[in-house]
Amino acid sequence: MASSTSKGELIMDTTVNSGRRKLLRVGGTSLLSATAVALLAGCERMASQAQAQTNPAGDVQILNVALGLEHEAISAYSIAAGSGLVSKAVLPVAVTFQGHHKEHRDALIATIRKLGGTPVAAKPDAEVAKALNAASLKNQTDVLRLAQRLERGAANAYLGVIPSFSDKGLAQVSAKLASDETGHWIVLSQALGDALSPKAFYVG
Amino acid sequence: MDTLLACAVLAGQLCFGPQLAANDVNRGKELWEARCTGCHSLEANRIGPLHRGVFGRKAGTVPGFSYSTALKNFGQTWTEASLDKWLAAPGQFVPGSRMGFAVGDANDRSDIIAYLKSVSGR
Ligand code: HEC
Repeated sequence: MASSTSKGELIMDTTVNSGRRKLLRVGGTSLLSATAVALLAGCERMASQAQAQTNPAGDVQILNVALGLEHEAISAYSIAAGSGLVSKAVLPVAVTFQGHHKEHRDALIATIRKLGGTPVAAKPDAEVAKALNAASLKNQTDVLRLAQRLERGAANAYLGVIPSFSDKGLAQVSAKLASDETGHWIVLSQALGDALSPKAFYVG
Repeated sequence: MDTLLACAVLAGQLCFGPQLAANDVNRGKELWEARCTGCHSLEANRIGPLHRGVFGRKAGTVPGFSYSTALKNFGQTWTEASLDKWLAAPGQFVPGSRMGFAVGDANDRSDIIAYLKSVSGR
């Protein structure tokens, strides 16, 4: 095994190949069928165990909180676009980011429904504007700062909920959402002329 | 070389040890702004309930916020100890609650709690 000579490798190769040939030879016989059945049964048991360990109701709750974040972000960009404070150059960026949030929203709604949950409804823009103190926004920088804060908060929120998902697939979706929000945050930070963090692990 | 390294390690402990142990409200504020403001504000209910006054308040009692039944019925008052358990694993501390957001590092948690205390007039 430990031999690194070509002869050693050759020997290993032959062993593996002859092993494979043996497997192939018994293919179709009752011996393999029994093994296959046992394997499948094992897999099924594993699958049902994995099923029992996930907690769809808990995952739905976390997804619904995330959906609340997306609803809020969509409203925030509408409020920004309608404020008259955003220049023609910046507006398309805001619209693109809002489009991303709409896609996130739709994906979350679909997943929540698939898991048997009820997606939370969006709050009216006016209510969001009040909660975000939009009346205090005086210029484009203020608007960008608010968007920057929300995007950073969303990125960190998505990272922070990852350990709470019972389904690893959903944890990965959360990481993808966090990455999108981080992208928004960085673009906004660049637009505001903020320096890049000199230290690593600047998200989370 | 070894001695130098040992000194650096020792100096590190001397310099950073006490700072890590003491709660740092400013650091807590920064952490709160980075990690909590996606969902919480000090003065307004958003995705989560407003945070001003949370330290010393009974859980699940901010007017106008629609809490999970679990948190509404929790009945405990937020203290250093209960906030620490909540932030470490909200779903385990209050099963059926829906924050889902955890802070893994104990030192981060205690600084955040120190900040929450400071904005609650405690
Ligand atoms: C992903 C969104 C989200 C993030 C991020 C988040 N929270 Fe929450 N938080 C919630 C929600 C939703 C609730 C209400 C939970 C319920 O009703 O079960 C809540 C409730 C709370 C409560 C209970 C308040 C009360 O009135 O009883 C505290 C304390 C709290 N959060 C602290 C924090 C702190 C500190 C952070 C940052 C380290 C944080 N949260 C980050 C969503 C979030």
